[in-house]
Amino acid sequence: MANITKLVGGIVFDPAHGVDGEQQDLYIQDGRIIAKPDTDKVTEIDCRGKIIMAGAIDMHTHIGGGKVNIARTMLPEDHAQDVIARTELLRSGCGHAAPSTLTAGYRYAEMGYTAGFEPAILPMNARQAHMEMGDTPIIDKGGYAMLGSDDFLLRMMISNADQEAINNYVAWTLTHTQAMGIKVVNPGGISAFKFNQRKLDLDEKNAYYGVTPRDILARLAQAVHELGVAHPLHVHGCNLGVPGNMDMTIDTMQGIEGLPMHMTHIQFHSYGAEGDRKFSSGAAEIAEAINNHDNITADVGQILFGQTVTASGDSMHQYEAHGHAHPNKWVCMDIECDAGCGVVPFKYKDQNFVNALQWMIGLEIFLLVDDPWRVFLTTDHPNGAPFTSYPHLIRLLMDKSFRNEVLSTLNPDAQAASNLGSIDREYTLYEIAIMTRAGAAKLVGLSDRGHLGTGAAADITVYTDNADREKMFSKPDYVFKDGNMVVENGDLIDVTWGATHVVKPDYDASIEKSLQPYFDKYMSMKLGNFKISDDEMTADGRGRLIIHPTSHQSGYQEKGGAA
Amino acid sequence: MSEPIRREDVASPFCGIASDDLTIEVSGLEVKVVSNGDAVTQRGFETPITDTQPRVNGKEVDLAIAVAKAADLLRASSQSVISGLATDVNGARAVMALADKSRAVIDHYASAATFRNLLVLQDTGWMTTTLGEVKNRVDLLVVVGSDIESRFPRFFERCMWNEESLFEQDIASREIVFLGKAPSGDASTSPAGKQAEVMACDSVDLPEVVSVLRALVAGRTLQASQVGGIDVAALSKLAARLKVAKYSVVTWAAGELDFKGAEATVQTVCEMIKDLNKDTRSSGLPLGGIGGETTANQVSAWQAGYPMRTSFGLGYPDYDPYLYDSERMLAAGEVETLLWVSSFDADVVPTEGARDTIVLGRSGMQFSSEPAVFIPIGTPGIDHAGQVFRTDGVVALPVQKLRDSGLPNVADVLAAIEEEL
Ligand SMILES: [Zn+2]
Repeated sequence: MANITKLVGGIVFDPAHGVDGEQQDLYIQDGRIIAKPDTDKVTEIDCRGKIIMAGAIDMHTHIGGGKVNIARTMLPEDHAQDVIARTELLRSGCGHAAPSTLTAGYRYAEMGYTAGFEPAILPMNARQAHMEMGDTPIIDKGGYAMLGSDDFLLRMMISNADQEAINNYVAWTLTHTQAMGIKVVNPGGISAFKFNQRKLDLDEKNAYYGVTPRDILARLAQAVHELGVAHPLHVHGCNLGVPGNMDMTIDTMQGIEGLPMHMTHIQFHSYGAEGDRKFSSGAAEIAEAINNHDNITADVGQILFGQTVTASGDSMHQYEAHGHAHPNKWVCMDIECDAGCGVVPFKYKDQNFVNALQWMIGLEIFLLVDDPWRVFLTTDHPNGAPFTSYPHLIRLLMDKSFRNEVLSTLNPDAQAASNLGSIDREYTLYEIAIMTRAGAAKLVGLSDRGHLGTGAAADITVYTDNADREKMFSKPDYVFKDGNMVVENGDLIDVTWGATHVVKPDYDASIEKSLQPYFDKYMSMKLGNFKISDDEMTADGRGRLIIHPTSHQSGYQEKGGAA
Repeated sequence: MSEPIRREDVASPFCGIASDDLTIEVSGLEVKVVSNGDAVTQRGFETPITDTQPRVNGKEVDLAIAVAKAADLLRASSQSVISGLATDVNGARAVMALADKSRAVIDHYASAATFRNLLVLQDTGWMTTTLGEVKNRVDLLVVVGSDIESRFPRFFERCMWNEESLFEQDIASREIVFLGKAPSGDASTSPAGKQAEVMACDSVDLPEVVSVLRALVAGRTLQASQVGGIDVAALSKLAARLKVAKYSVVTWAAGELDFKGAEATVQTVCEMIKDLNKDTRSSGLPLGGIGGETTANQVSAWQAGYPMRTSFGLGYPDYDPYLYDSERMLAAGEVETLLWVSSFDADVVPTEGARDTIVLGRSGMQFSSEPAVFIPIGTPGIDHAGQVFRTDGVVALPVQKLRDSGLPNVADVLAAIEEEL
């Protein structure tokens, strides 16, 4: 019988089981949480008075793939200010806005995060995304495959393919890019940019295909839903960053007609066009729309002040934003009849009216959405700020006086344009645990993560309670990953390799009858070489796959890893 | 002898285009490209295995002894450089781990070319496209100062003169203009016999020619009537065509821009492309990726944050494209131990100048002076499976094991050396 570890006497926050700050013992064996065992031969770890939550899950963080690596390559001056020296245990690395993979894994673990999901895996670039995430230690990972501006789908749509055919294509993509969900970015807009369109409203037609973003959203949301994939269609909407885009964002939510849909970095899509500067907060209306639509979830994409880099698949709007590049260099790419990307370094300034109001809008959304199960804590790393700023963001949410203190230092006109100062709400530890653990796991579709019930993976974070929540969440006492203690007193003590979470919905293989000639004729690689096999994912001995069932499947499968 | 084994859809790691439609026949250790080959891929796949035994100071030894000797040399070295770096993703990962542990500098043998592009990316950025987009969208291709077909023999066949595009484009209407250098052959000629236009100039004049073209695109008028022997009126016409093209692509092979200050010319091209995008679409297509160049830079960027020419001497990555230029370091006598990794091309041999040289090289490598350690290693895509990046840095292709040569792979040998440190 393998060793049992007992976490003694911690104050547990486990929203998946309704546990709100109760003193409980936890038992860990073979990487899982077990019920109280019969034996008292256990290794005890004293957690009395400490706060215990499941490991945190970042459901939207750009940690792997081509555009992230462009950002890294572009920003030597940003890395040089933030280097990590090699130690006996750790590899060296660097990077503040776009950290190296090793550094990213270490820093996530040090903050008590045990999983992160790359939201923009371009199918044609999926191999790279997984290789990068494969070099990201400790945390589990996974990602969402990007569809919606790929020519194969758009051709299916103009040839009036039936929904089942589209479902097959979506399932095929999920399976062979090794993804956990589907994301759509500026639906059809990345394609439209290749045809020289510079904006695409929800009901505006792609110049070549004649399909609208609304059509694409409907088809993809339906496909994800019918396939039984837990993670709803992940939507980066139209008109990112455009003043006045809030109406279209609300229309997008209403237009999906009750299908599950996740609106990502919604802060960037919550702008009004009021006031002297034609830029205002739409947070109240957006939050109300979320509150009124049970089918909608959102992550915020909070901005925080300082230097970062924006890296997005939305080539159309990244091109539009290039004038704001700081430092003044930027990249835009059209990619493989599949998607695109844009990388624009950016410095959010607290005395800039727009930036200050963006900060306020994000916080307003957090505080005005009633249900913490439907709103998620992100900075859209690194687009709004690097993920290392999460403890600061948590403090802003949990501590009204701190929030108002910061608010009072910001651009005065922006302060005057925001209601943030009058919002009294402070997030509780229980709500933080929902947003960053239980809710995130549920949203991504991880049945055995994000909670502390019997049978759950022993991904656990233990904090010392501290009224300064930024301090508290920066430096956990202990972090366990699959039962191994990887962090002790804020320092990494072990480096493990997490798994990759995927779904593989059933599909009719006849979809390849049309994909095969499509690849042969139009693509620059062969269909067989596009596919990433399970063996390739696990070949190096440290990659491990966790295949989650869809609602039409049963079972839970693990492949690879150190046997 | 048994029948040769036939493999379809094989990807080539030997050129940056990474064509993956090759048919290969393998008989024992002999590999033959039987369809869709070209001079580059045939030489890459068909170079026979000669030596298989590691050597220390010219004497054949077991692998373990060669590994131990390599570790000794690295341990005793106060300045190590790991260069060549012609390997696959796993090989590059192992290089990074070893460089970190041995506090080495990393560089790639093609870095002189790479940095003509990278310095532009890091200074002002660019708008680029990928091979698949070119294949389906290009209406005007401008080739700047480069031959293309000698390095990428199938570029035109695969990306310009494909049978049809996704968007009902009349493929025959595509136009190609060579600016600066004339092509060495007729790969750019269309199947119907339409020849590319050539506006030739000496490479010393290319920077000025490109500057003038950019100025003309920006709508400026010029006093001069000729630049580098090219009529400004002709350049003016080219500028006008770029402006009316719906999806022009401007390409260059940085490896051929072999003149001082070439990065400034690349930058001018990239800024011109940005200007064009104010009204229409235009993209750059930097062609490169020889000998795992893209792979090495990608893996280095994700594991260390920086591309090539990064030192781990301080215990953390420190990037300096001038200081950590391995060729400069070798010429200046700064290198004690050079570890040279070259698994694709037996002709890519280490530069002289290090006190001790360790070579992980493709079988058959010939040296003008015997290195301290030579370990013949397998080639990714022939002797072992792996992944390699294509020139555009977007597509990473899986390459396969085609034969059982018993040659070790770079990743395993470097891991063994690291283990001994
Ligand atoms: Zn994002």
